[in-house]
Amino acid sequence: MDYIDPHIHMVSRITDDYATLARMGCVAMSEPAFWAGFDRGSVDGFRDYFHQLTDVEPRRAAQYGIQHFTWLCINAKEAENVSLSRDVIAMIPEFLDKPNVLGIGEIGLNKNTKNEATIFLEHLDLAVEYNQLILIHTPHLEDKYQGTRMILDMLCSDSRIDPSRVLVDHVEEHTIGEVLDRGFWAGMTLYPVTKCTPERSADMIERFGGERLLANSAGDWGPSKPTAVPDLIFEMRRRGLSESLIRKVVYGNPIEFFSKSENFRFVERDSGEAGSLS
Amino acid sequence: MPRTADQILEESFLDVRAKLLAVAATLDRIDRAAEQTGGLSEAQVNRRAQVDAAIEICVGDGPDRAEKLQRLFSRTYQPEWRTTMHL
Repeated sequence: MDYIDPHIHMVSRITDDYATLARMGCVAMSEPAFWAGFDRGSVDGFRDYFHQLTDVEPRRAAQYGIQHFTWLCINAKEAENVSLSRDVIAMIPEFLDKPNVLGIGEIGLNKNTKNEATIFLEHLDLAVEYNQLILIHTPHLEDKYQGTRMILDMLCSDSRIDPSRVLVDHVEEHTIGEVLDRGFWAGMTLYPVTKCTPERSADMIERFGGERLLANSAGDWGPSKPTAVPDLIFEMRRRGLSESLIRKVVYGNPIEFFSKSENFRFVERDSGEAGSLS
Repeated sequence: MPRTADQILEESFLDVRAKLLAVAATLDRIDRAAEQTGGLSEAQVNRRAQVDAAIEICVGDGPDRAEKLQRLFSRTYQPEWRTTMHL
């Protein structure tokens, strides 16, 4: 089955991973800007990173028939440095016209601090000013619930934000309901130990249905499995869930959400027609 | 056609058995070490109590045990966070 991984950090992966993903049916992916495993020291460090996301990775992916899209921001961990964050936010518009940029992300919270919240709000201003989609990182482990609620508080108190243009990622059993109830898109991250297994994700799909729900591998520099989405497909098939529901979650939903960005010019493998779901 | 409860238990039994054994063996390991090297620190006593509370949730009734566990392992939401942070 063709699928789209809507959240995978390919700058952390070797080229063989692109080949493996292509063999597993991955036809497109989106890569949010995130932490690189170390704190960068200057705005030029981010400028180089954004060049990698908007130029290098799309070419690397294309060698394997995969369409690569991306999101730009300074992540929550490095947002503790408010001065650097503001320099990066001021520089982001240089890249917003690049053809694979879908929006601002993954912005969010890490340890739920004042500095992180301040920079999150300034990213929202940027997204509104440039009419960009928003992709949001929610914290890990014991900080996830409070952080997700803080993020929803900030989003819902801003009348400029359209929930249908926002994807709140890394939802789990205690956060998915409120994210969907408030009209946002929700992403489940299939990640060892700290996030979701394919089995628990399939449970959430059974409970909440497939509407506005996406699944991703994260596939970052930490312990992670870039082929986790095919694992979810396998688990859903094992349970006898319908092919139409599986396809909706791993293919139709990413297309529907990403299509809200003018830069999402996706060419479907079957029809060759841009943006077609038939 | 959704799977029956019988089917799900049949398919999951060995996996659940293995995970329960892993938890039991870990608790045994902690107890053995505590006997040999002294008890748990205060912070770890609290964590150990969290594990006991989690096990109680697992043996309780209801279809939402996973969500209850998540909340058990979460910090409590502070709705007045914006005032506290002066934001």
